[in-house]
Amino acid sequence: MASAREPLLTAHGVVKRFGHVQALSGADFTAYPGEVVALIGDNGAGKSTLVNVLSGVLAPDAGEVRLDGAPVRFSGPMDAQRHGVETVYQDLSLAPDLDAAANLYLGREIVRGGLLGRIGVLDRPAMRREAVKAFAELGVELKDVTAAVTTLSGGQRQSVAVARAVAFAHKVIFMDEPTAALGVVQRARVLETVRRVADQGICVVLISHNMPEVLSVADRVEVLRLGRRVASYTAADTTIEELVGAMTGSLDEPNRTGEAEGAR
Amino acid sequence: MTAQSEKAAAAVGGRAAVPDWVRRAATLNELWTFVILVALVLFFTIAAPGKFFTTYDITQIAVNAAIYLVLGVGMTFVIITAGIDLSIGSVLVLAAVAAGEYNIHHGGATSGWGTVAFCVVIALAVGTAWGALQGAVVATGKVPPLIVTLGGLGAALGIAELATGGQDPAGAASTHLQNSLGFGKVLGIPWMVILAAVVTAVFGAVLGGTRFGEHTLAIGSNPTAVRRAGIPVGRQLVKVYGLMGLLAGLGAVMWLASYGTTSIAGHSTDNLKVITAVVLGGTSLFGGRGSVLGTVIGVFIPAVLTTGLIVIGVQQYWQDVAVGVVLVVAVYIDQLRRKTRERA
Repeated sequence: MASAREPLLTAHGVVKRFGHVQALSGADFTAYPGEVVALIGDNGAGKSTLVNVLSGVLAPDAGEVRLDGAPVRFSGPMDAQRHGVETVYQDLSLAPDLDAAANLYLGREIVRGGLLGRIGVLDRPAMRREAVKAFAELGVELKDVTAAVTTLSGGQRQSVAVARAVAFAHKVIFMDEPTAALGVVQRARVLETVRRVADQGICVVLISHNMPEVLSVADRVEVLRLGRRVASYTAADTTIEELVGAMTGSLDEPNRTGEAEGAR
Repeated sequence: MTAQSEKAAAAVGGRAAVPDWVRRAATLNELWTFVILVALVLFFTIAAPGKFFTTYDITQIAVNAAIYLVLGVGMTFVIITAGIDLSIGSVLVLAAVAAGEYNIHHGGATSGWGTVAFCVVIALAVGTAWGALQGAVVATGKVPPLIVTLGGLGAALGIAELATGGQDPAGAASTHLQNSLGFGKVLGIPWMVILAAVVTAVFGAVLGGTRFGEHTLAIGSNPTAVRRAGIPVGRQLVKVYGLMGLLAGLGAVMWLASYGTTSIAGHSTDNLKVITAVVLGGTSLFGGRGSVLGTVIGVFIPAVLTTGLIVIGVQQYWQDVAVGVVLVVAVYIDQLRRKTRERA
């Protein structure tokens, strides 16, 4: 792994327009391996657009994205996934009628060896075995990996979606409001999971509205406002007031840590 | 450790003393439909002792059901993607007419095995092409499958009528085809039944145990998730509707073999019969769930009802009434179940 100060994923001057609306007007972003970085901003600040650009869903109109120091231009989410960049969508993007193991491997199914595999015969025992292992690694307890996802609780579904991303991401995972629909206990569990994932050396980018949550789980916080990064804080050294101030612009302060190469 | 935690989970999960497999079985749609089928068979066996449960009736029921079973297997895949195919009867007719016309011009009823083989290829190719074409339109996402295949229903039948002038041509099937697949038996089992059973077994395994089946189920469950997982949803839909077309083409071959004629006007309600069977078998019209085994049971319920009612001397038209009611109830229950699961 690269040293902790070598950025894993950077965006520089990213511009994205939708018709007359300029969603991103020269946005920057920096993320390091093994950290949880929160991306916050008011509604319409450009969080989703930036994440979509970084995860290959949207192509930027201008600007540069670098992964491991090399410029990348993802042709789509699949391309990003091939580069080890996964996304956990807010709606979780699971097939509710399939079981947890099948969801974990959706699109990347394990097939049998030889001729049977050639015609696409699935190796379900292997998928289930691996699924149990993957959930155990995340500290997630699933009663039954063969039960349809729709029968699971909200937190368990979230865990399945996270496990799916973790199983295949080796660099970056984007998580869009991962705890928005969860109760207190489940929320704590998912955040614990997030922490554990980062400890494996993967960078977790957390998009969240929940300031206390951001401060409790993130290592750093990057703030977007009006399509630009307006601030970047170390979570331990900042307060909710400061974050809110940066988000709303009432506290117009330049980059605090001064590490952003895109500061202008 | 895994086995231990699984056991522990089962102990916690099993509410009362009900074993895990019993609870699981009770949630299977196929089981309930199967219970209904068994109940019907028992009822008719008791109501008409020695008359219903004879080899002749069983064989006859199976032969009558064979074509619907083949169509039903394809329809199961289509409905699992949350789609529908209304065109199957017309596609069957079109494939039969295409094969029939070739046969007429290459020896008619006395044509040889070579012609028979070529007719089979024509029927399968026409069906597959038509189905794949409909699938391609469905895959654009611009026109709902109901409308695509309603258009396909009219167009395919129209082309078949144009080609024949609306009359069933004489000599559409070779006597070779009729005497083999149509009336032939192996160890007392008609070839029609064997063919239908093989098709059912093969595609049942495809649905339950292959990547193709898994992707079909996933698309019906959440197409967005499937797209994000990098699975080409459009291509899968073309394949699924193409498979339906292929099986409609096979149905055409079976029809020609059984009846020796194209029966242009005789397939207008195939779609409704087959969709009914698939839905009775527990496949969800909303997509994502279903099985070929369920469809087998769903095909046999109306078939058993028809034969049974004739045997006990009740007007067989009651069959239509009964199936209609059961169909509505089946979808109602599916809807209820879906709601309660989502709330949980």
